[in-house]
Amino acid sequence: MPPIKRIRGRGLPLPGDDIDTDRIVPARFLKTVTFEGLGNALFYDERFDEQGRPKDHPLNDPRYRGARFLIVNAGFGTGSSREHAPQAIKRAGFAAIVGESFAEIFFGNATQIGLVCVTAAPEDIAHLMETVQKAPETELELDLTALELRYAGRAVPVSLPSTVREAFLEGRYDPLEVLLEAMDRIRELDRTRAGPGKPGVY
Amino acid sequence: MGKTLYEKIWEAHTVRELPDGRTQLFIDLHLVHEVTSPQAFAMLKERGLQVACPHRTFATVDHIIPTDDRSEPLKDPLAQAMLEALRKNVREHGIAFFDLDSGRQGIVHVIGPELGLTQPGFTIACGDSHTSTHGAFGALAFGIGTTQVRDVLATQTVAMNRLKVRRIEVNGRLSPGVTAKDVILHIIRTLGVKGGLGYAYEYAGEVIDRMSMEERMTIANMSVEGGARIGYMNPDETTFAYLKGRRYAPQGADWDRAVAAWKALASDPDASYDDRVVMDGGAIAPTVTWGVHPGQSAPVNGRVPDPAEFPASERAQIEDALSYMKLRPGQPLSEVKVDVAFLGSCTNGRLSDLRLVARHLKGHRVKKGVRALVVPGSQAVARAAEEEGIAEVFRQAGFEWRAPGCSMCLAMNPDRLVGDELAVSSSNRNYKGRQGSPTGRTVLASPLTVAASAVAGHLADPREVFDLGGAHAAD
Repeated sequence: MPPIKRIRGRGLPLPGDDIDTDRIVPARFLKTVTFEGLGNALFYDERFDEQGRPKDHPLNDPRYRGARFLIVNAGFGTGSSREHAPQAIKRAGFAAIVGESFAEIFFGNATQIGLVCVTAAPEDIAHLMETVQKAPETELELDLTALELRYAGRAVPVSLPSTVREAFLEGRYDPLEVLLEAMDRIRELDRTRAGPGKPGVY
Repeated sequence: MGKTLYEKIWEAHTVRELPDGRTQLFIDLHLVHEVTSPQAFAMLKERGLQVACPHRTFATVDHIIPTDDRSEPLKDPLAQAMLEALRKNVREHGIAFFDLDSGRQGIVHVIGPELGLTQPGFTIACGDSHTSTHGAFGALAFGIGTTQVRDVLATQTVAMNRLKVRRIEVNGRLSPGVTAKDVILHIIRTLGVKGGLGYAYEYAGEVIDRMSMEERMTIANMSVEGGARIGYMNPDETTFAYLKGRRYAPQGADWDRAVAAWKALASDPDASYDDRVVMDGGAIAPTVTWGVHPGQSAPVNGRVPDPAEFPASERAQIEDALSYMKLRPGQPLSEVKVDVAFLGSCTNGRLSDLRLVARHLKGHRVKKGVRALVVPGSQAVARAAEEEGIAEVFRQAGFEWRAPGCSMCLAMNPDRLVGDELAVSSSNRNYKGRQGSPTGRTVLASPLTVAASAVAGHLADPREVFDLGGAHAAD
């Protein structure tokens, strides 16, 4: 797992508060036993009408093609815990999401798969969205060491929990290897703690 | 200084602090269903890992399962493939599975409590956001993503950041016709759908104390709609009475020891909270949503709001919601015609929900043109409802009586809206397209309001339709 310190690329603005994971990936695309191909399901019902014709949506706008940053407002990723949502975003080519705030489960899911979610002040998000809407070619640079997003001569402070920042910088955002190190202590807890149909400590 | 239940359970389950500062948390109970687990089992295989604690892992099938014809192969080959993948995975890893022929299949958040798998003091994880339901027992229960399902399978632990705790006290007394669903919709409207970000919600107060376990589950269930990943009630005599004698609950002398331990887990009277909110239960009316998230709601006898009444920054979002819902500002909610009535889900698909509705539905008929269905939360609920004659009351009234599953809550099975049909639904989410049609519309409501609206053919106040007393215009 390589460390993530710096992400560069263009942005795609996706305005609106409380964008839920049912909108990000409609439930019918969850009928799969893999995550492969989910990039195509991203915002499917907002991108295409019922006949499959493209609608007016930033993800259909050729000016944003190849963008690596999703720029969003508040409460992004609310609702269902489906990891399919961040998986689809990542598989559609995005490396980071910059927004005002994120839903808890979505944020955790994104973190574990190395999709970086950082927050910024509402006025900074508004400026960033406007800049990118006017000039989609604007290059953004997210620096996780300095906790800054730089673009068009500006440097905007961004934040994320220090624990998550550490995990990205040290390439430990997928915790499985670290979790496995504690198997002895885990076995002991499993033995002593109560479980379903199993007496023990509560 | 005392401690909250959250702090006590968190500390008892801390395996260690991880190098990055997150906590490695032991999980007492892992619940698994067919939608969010196949990739996790595949990842396990890829790494050559085994399930660490198969005896703490329980599976069922709920999301994709049809509620009418369940003969196999299922008509939808993708659904059949998911069912078979789960069967194969549980067999390979020795995990208990409540399959269709087990008599115990049902929505994972209905069967956990019903079987006594869910217990106070547990940490409970499941690849499903409504895992918060189990918090009603005084457990820390939360939804996780598929990569974390892999972590729990492989290590019985997850890496997590600690939450703050907000105590929400609902005091006073609920009016007739007002139910737990109305209480949680009211809480979400008051605190907002982002209000719970970073928090666990501790529900308390006279109204909560008087509630049955099933009512408490309805409230804890929708914590996540309020932005809180975890919601819980402190365990009390109601909790113990519910659990006693259930299949996986402690028995004999173990039971007494468990009850003593559970009592000690409740938040101490002098515990400190990061935030406290107090609400008057008497001020809560039967509530319905008018928008596209669960915070956009109003009393059922009220009106669709006017975007002009909201701060400028919120207007665009409200206008978008009304345009999607095809509603007019100021329109009385009772004018909103209903195409479909859905009674079920992990929020309101339990026996007490069906009992309550059946008691009032007797002698009424679903309005012509309304498609009404009841989907019991589990096979046990369905059996009990048949035995008590409840199923027959629904059939007589014109409801379709279906087999258990998640059904039209998220429409991963064949039950779904068509075109821009409007459903009044006892489920938990009214997001755009949630019930299976990209233009379908959902109005969230209590089971009583769903039934009243099915009878009236438009959104209706259950206090009026069922003559419960206490109805008065909200404006």
